[in-house]
Amino acid sequence: MRKLYLTLLSLLVVPAAFAVEPDEVLADPALEARAVKIDTQLRCVVCQSQSIAESNAPLAKDLRILVRERLTEGDSDAQVIAYMVERYGDYVLLKPPVQGNTYFLWAFPALALSVGAAGAFMFLRSTKKAPPAADPLSEDDEDAIAAILEERG
Amino acid sequence: MNRFFLLAPVFLFAVIGAFFAYGLTRDPSAMPSQLINRALPDFDMPAIEGFDEGLNSEELKGEVVLLNVFASWCISCHIEHPFLMRLAQNDVIKIYGLNWKERPGDGKAWLDRLGNPYVKIGDDQAGRVAIDLGVTGAPETFVIDREGRVRFRVAAPITEDYWNDVLAPMIEDLRR
Repeated sequence: MRKLYLTLLSLLVVPAAFAVEPDEVLADPALEARAVKIDTQLRCVVCQSQSIAESNAPLAKDLRILVRERLTEGDSDAQVIAYMVERYGDYVLLKPPVQGNTYFLWAFPALALSVGAAGAFMFLRSTKKAPPAADPLSEDDEDAIAAILEERG
Repeated sequence: MNRFFLLAPVFLFAVIGAFFAYGLTRDPSAMPSQLINRALPDFDMPAIEGFDEGLNSEELKGEVVLLNVFASWCISCHIEHPFLMRLAQNDVIKIYGLNWKERPGDGKAWLDRLGNPYVKIGDDQAGRVAIDLGVTGAPETFVIDREGRVRFRVAAPITEDYWNDVLAPMIEDLRR
């Protein structure tokens, strides 16, 4: 059982498998680290649920090499990403930018949560409310109750 | 108030359902081209092995033409090829070719075997011109107007139906 647990746990911490091939890796480790970081943010346009860091598609390899070329030429990370967006559009970004057409996308989770919270709050408050006080008992009623209680001892 | 609470989930479901229904009519993998209504990026591609002339972006200006991204290794290009041959043979439109990531010689062998629908072909072995064009796969076809602007992109093989329904009317319009 413990073994199984550890096996499952180890599956959770397996690092993302990178498709970067040895011939692509830059000699400068700092530059390569930046390149890998950019790779993970760019969508592979062939196999669209992977980043170009993970994809083995030939086009992903071309784009990885291009990323490294731009960095070597002195582009900033933002410039490299802008270069890709200019060609492939926002779709190439795995994380959508916050802008006019994505405000709803970004705001929706918070919006849904606050609407749900407001609904839950109102519901709870309405059920907790004390029931309206009943009319006080009349004298006859009091007498009747007293009689019953007496009877039962 | 109570009735509102009872109906709220139904209402919510209807709204979300409407969004999902709309979503089903869209293709989530379709990536709109960034080049629409923009000038074709400049390129100057060498000739493919066995040909004399390459392809320069300047040559695509002056009339409405097609730029077709193809490769012998691309299966859909085989499917598309006979229709491109018909367009070329009937002088319907000039088609220029971008031979994408092809091993030297393979492009010519393919065209020798199946016929050459292209006026001129550029060799893009490194795939750099294709990246400038935002190509995501082959075949891909760009409709380019007289001024050398990209007006439309087809990210699939062109079929006769697609030509008749979409491309032919558009090209007619652009020629006017």
